[in-house]
Amino acid sequence: MKLVHILCVSLAALSFGSAALADEFTDADLKRWQQQFDGVVKDGRALWTDSKLGRNGVVCAQCHPNAANTHPETYPKFQKQLGKVANLWEMVNWCLRNPLQGDPLAADDPKMTALLAYITWERRGVKLEPGKH
Amino acid sequence: MSQTFDRRTFLRNAALGVSASTLPLTLVELAFAKPEDTFTFAYISDSHIQQIRGTEFVRNWDRGLIRAVAETNLLTPKPDFVVFGGDLAQLGGKPELDHGAGMLARLSGKVYHVMGEHDYYLDLGEYWSKLFGPQYYSFNHKGVHFVVLNSILTYDDWTLRRWPTAEQRMAEMAGLDNPNGSPFMVGDKQREWLQQDLAKVKKSTPVVVFSHSPLQKIYKGWNFWTEDAEQVQALLAPFDKVTVFYGHVHQIQYNQIGNISFTSAMATAWPWPYPQSYAQAEQLLPKLTVQMNRADPFFERDATGWQLIDINSGRARVNFNLYNNRTRTVAFDEKTGQPQDTAFQAADQRVPPQDHF
Repeated sequence: MKLVHILCVSLAALSFGSAALADEFTDADLKRWQQQFDGVVKDGRALWTDSKLGRNGVVCAQCHPNAANTHPETYPKFQKQLGKVANLWEMVNWCLRNPLQGDPLAADDPKMTALLAYITWERRGVKLEPGKH
Repeated sequence: MSQTFDRRTFLRNAALGVSASTLPLTLVELAFAKPEDTFTFAYISDSHIQQIRGTEFVRNWDRGLIRAVAETNLLTPKPDFVVFGGDLAQLGGKPELDHGAGMLARLSGKVYHVMGEHDYYLDLGEYWSKLFGPQYYSFNHKGVHFVVLNSILTYDDWTLRRWPTAEQRMAEMAGLDNPNGSPFMVGDKQREWLQQDLAKVKKSTPVVVFSHSPLQKIYKGWNFWTEDAEQVQALLAPFDKVTVFYGHVHQIQYNQIGNISFTSAMATAWPWPYPQSYAQAEQLLPKLTVQMNRADPFFERDATGWQLIDINSGRARVNFNLYNNRTRTVAFDEKTGQPQDTAFQAADQRVPPQDHF
């Protein structure tokens, strides 16, 4: 009898514990994650039009309205001007240094994450074509 | 009619200064029945001179205009005049307009100016008008009636009541993809003036119109658009031959609507993507237009090319010179009644960079 009781308690503990398993989440979680993403996209759009991102007042949106002609779906790809296969963040840094006459960002800088999130969001729905020119 | 403009001389002279294949200007030739009525003019547009602070300006944009001015001055024979197609400044301030005017002052000969939104929305064109004169006007030159319109006006409510400061109004209109912007228009007052102006012109007289925005509706999201385009087109409809040149779009576009041939100019500052390269946009680029090759951002002046336009009996033959790419020729085709690229118009004749994505 005692054994049965212990077993029942253990099962109950397991079933309670299952709420914390990695593959289970709620609508509230989904909503929160989406909000996190949307917030970063919004930050990226703000940086896209921020005259302080570089050093000469030029903003990304001047040449790339709605992040057009950034074609994130084609990266990584061979960038003939760099002579190697490059990631999109390397091209973002090229733009920061040259047309914006500013300083490059680390690949994992939250600002870089935001810029890439915005670029990719504006290109949503387009199929991945890594390497394409 | 044979091309009276001595292009080889021009190219040779131009090459003395810089590579002739990169000329960021638009050279226009109008050729008519009488040789003495044939003439050329140069067309430079969208320089976006941008102040950093004090006397410091964005070098890249400065270089585009300096180069266009230098090359225009090398033209042989000299063009009869130069048209500047608008957006001389980026944020409309006196230092930008003064700096731009200083560079343009080096042009030899008469310059006609077109108002751009970047010149206008800080002080509603006041300082620009002090420098360059009226915002819309017409003139006749060797048998052609020229009209210059200020096509970048918008609703009074937006212009006069929406924004707490002039600086914010300018900044809001300066963002091409800014959803807080407002559609361009010529407006009632100017259309009335245009109607009266054209009433004095014979219907057989070739009419050439300059506007900053396209007098056609291409993509509203980036203001490649004029709200009252149809009403302006209706005023131009009675004339046998009408050509509209516009800036603003920073790319090659051409189209035919009824009797009106449209051709855009490239910018001296930077090129813009075509609207269909924005995946979330409707695609309203004129189907006729074969896109220019994708710009190589590593060459500052790429896709800020020039055009040699020969208008023969009121119809245009346009030679687009592209940096590091083959020259393109878009000519009015009498059979189809529209401008067509002589090499790349058929879908199977296009080169890969013309398929933007």
